[in-house]
Amino acid sequence: MSAQLNFEVPTMAEMIAKGEEPEILFWVGCAGSYDERAQKTTRDICKILHHVGLKYAVLGTEESCTGDPAKRAGNEFLFQMQAMTNIEVLNGYNIKKIVTGCPHCFNTIKNEYPGLGGNYEVIHHTQLIQQLIDEGKLKAEGGESFKGKKITYHDPCYLGRGNDVYEAPRKALEALDAQLVEMKRCKTNGLCCGAGGAQMFKEPEKGNKDINIERIEEALETQPQIIAASCPFCMTMLSDGVKMKDQDQNVKVLDIAEITVRANGL
Amino acid sequence: MVSQILFIAITLAAIALFSYNVKKVIRNIRFGRAVDRSDQPHKRLMTMLKVAFGQTKMFFRPIPALLHLIVYAGFVIINIEVLEIMIDGIFGTHRVFGGLGIFYDVLIGSFEFLALGVWLACVIFLIRRNILKLKRFSGVEMKSWPRSDANYILITEILLMTAFLLLNAADSKLQAMGVGHYTTAGAFPISQFLHNLLPNTEAGLIAIERGCWWFHIIGIFAFLNYLPYSKHFHIIFAFPNTYFSNLEPKGEFTNMQSVTNEVKAMLDPSFTPPEAAAGRFGAKDVNDLTWVNLMNAYTCTECGRCTSVCPANITGKLLSPRKIMMDTRDRMEEVGRSLDKAGKGFDDGKSLIDDYISREEIWACTSCNACTQACPINIDPLAIITDLRRYAVMEESQSPASIGTMLGNIENNGAPWKYSPADRFNWAKED
Repeated sequence: MSAQLNFEVPTMAEMIAKGEEPEILFWVGCAGSYDERAQKTTRDICKILHHVGLKYAVLGTEESCTGDPAKRAGNEFLFQMQAMTNIEVLNGYNIKKIVTGCPHCFNTIKNEYPGLGGNYEVIHHTQLIQQLIDEGKLKAEGGESFKGKKITYHDPCYLGRGNDVYEAPRKALEALDAQLVEMKRCKTNGLCCGAGGAQMFKEPEKGNKDINIERIEEALETQPQIIAASCPFCMTMLSDGVKMKDQDQNVKVLDIAEITVRANGL
Repeated sequence: MVSQILFIAITLAAIALFSYNVKKVIRNIRFGRAVDRSDQPHKRLMTMLKVAFGQTKMFFRPIPALLHLIVYAGFVIINIEVLEIMIDGIFGTHRVFGGLGIFYDVLIGSFEFLALGVWLACVIFLIRRNILKLKRFSGVEMKSWPRSDANYILITEILLMTAFLLLNAADSKLQAMGVGHYTTAGAFPISQFLHNLLPNTEAGLIAIERGCWWFHIIGIFAFLNYLPYSKHFHIIFAFPNTYFSNLEPKGEFTNMQSVTNEVKAMLDPSFTPPEAAAGRFGAKDVNDLTWVNLMNAYTCTECGRCTSVCPANITGKLLSPRKIMMDTRDRMEEVGRSLDKAGKGFDDGKSLIDDYISREEIWACTSCNACTQACPINIDPLAIITDLRRYAVMEESQSPASIGTMLGNIENNGAPWKYSPADRFNWAKED
């Protein structure tokens, strides 16, 4: 899996300069932009978009934090400042449809931007992957075989409970012919990885266990070969958990976009 | 005649006392800020029918759901019988609906099965709480009052059902003996088995029949008036609470209009904000919360489903969503009491934050919505936690240091980490 891309990722500025409009804007998000592990997922989402020939663009350096962590932490001012600035950029480019690489960005833009003047059709990348599979544009072939492999999927709170998206990520995994095993707490009853509500950016309060350890223990009970994630924060928490349990040699934590790219040999 | 007058007097007193207390409860809920929940009446009605009436969310845990359904059905259906009791009580009649014949027999017969069901369910509930000591019913907030409250309710229900069945048993025995006032009416599939426990004398039977009749009806009135002091208020509040519950996706937090006006004015100098609403940003005390938050607090029956799924609580943190609701109610009632005593505008120098809910609790929340999902009647502890955070951050600039750093980074670099915005697109570039 080469980490780098063998094609250019188009930015909105370039597209507009060429007089073109993308079908969809890929909202990368802060983690997807800066976090090394999440960057891999970001590139893989681009590979998928490139592979299926969907006309897409990113904002590049014009993108800024959606304001999600500020809002969850209680700083509504900062959230709305970020939101209104972003909406100005998005509306300036006449954006209609957005795919995000992060459930937090997804939730914020989809649910909280409309009230501030930002109305877009917003989907999460697992929903895009599911759509592409349904349309026959993506198949699980030409790459690594996941047939029979045990995969357990961790529901991110802001995708699952937050927005009732439970099926799309699972459909993407079912296409692999893998063995999907559910954790005891899944779907509406899924356990948080511990990073939501701005916890990602602080030390946990005093307790007797870290939340990601509680979660990873449950994930490991299913004896998976792969723990599938679809959120960069969950990715960090789950990967850390697997390392803490000394299982990182046996169990991989992969984003659904990464799994899709591997299965298709992109 | 004396007993009829006594009955009417007790009924009126019970209703008057209940109305007086409910008025206070409504006054307390009105401490809250306005929030518009008048939209989508059809969807709201359906939510109420499904969640409160149909108890759909209860069935996530099938065993207690089934037991609860029996008690609930018993409560609602057996109360049809209360109508007859009221009429009999006022006019001195005996089983006034008895003329309905077979229909009445079926009715009374099914009440008896339900009564037995309720009796058994309440015994099992008591066992779960006091002998099996289910973890869900413990926790820092489950001090002696909340625990006794639950037990009082269950014991009262057991006593009421016992009285109901004994009443029927004595009545049917009197009917069989052909005692004057006790005209033949009703079928008694369960209580007939109690006949042997009862005396065979007419006077003894009448004493038991009358005793149970009075105990049953006074018990119901007492129970009604206990509600405003109890977690059991949910039997009424579950309905408006689900009707007015949040219909938006759980991930969506409200956008604060007061902030929108200020931010718009900052970004666009030509924007003139509408008259600013008084009040602080976020919630320091109960009157900064919305009336829906406060109604939530009265609705909470302290079942602990929220706390049992809270990732912070599971891993030993101080946060317990149930405590958030209980604290909100306790504080609201405290404010109400001091208002009664000292009059409007009195400040007792206390607040919901710090005096009831600590900073450590509010900062342990991952906003994962497990609590709101788990609540069988759509209570939202997360909305209160968020408003407390808003107060801490926006009014006091107080937050864990690393949260302050994160907010500073967003403000300065447009990302929660300290990276340059110029590097945001580096992920796509060759090394």
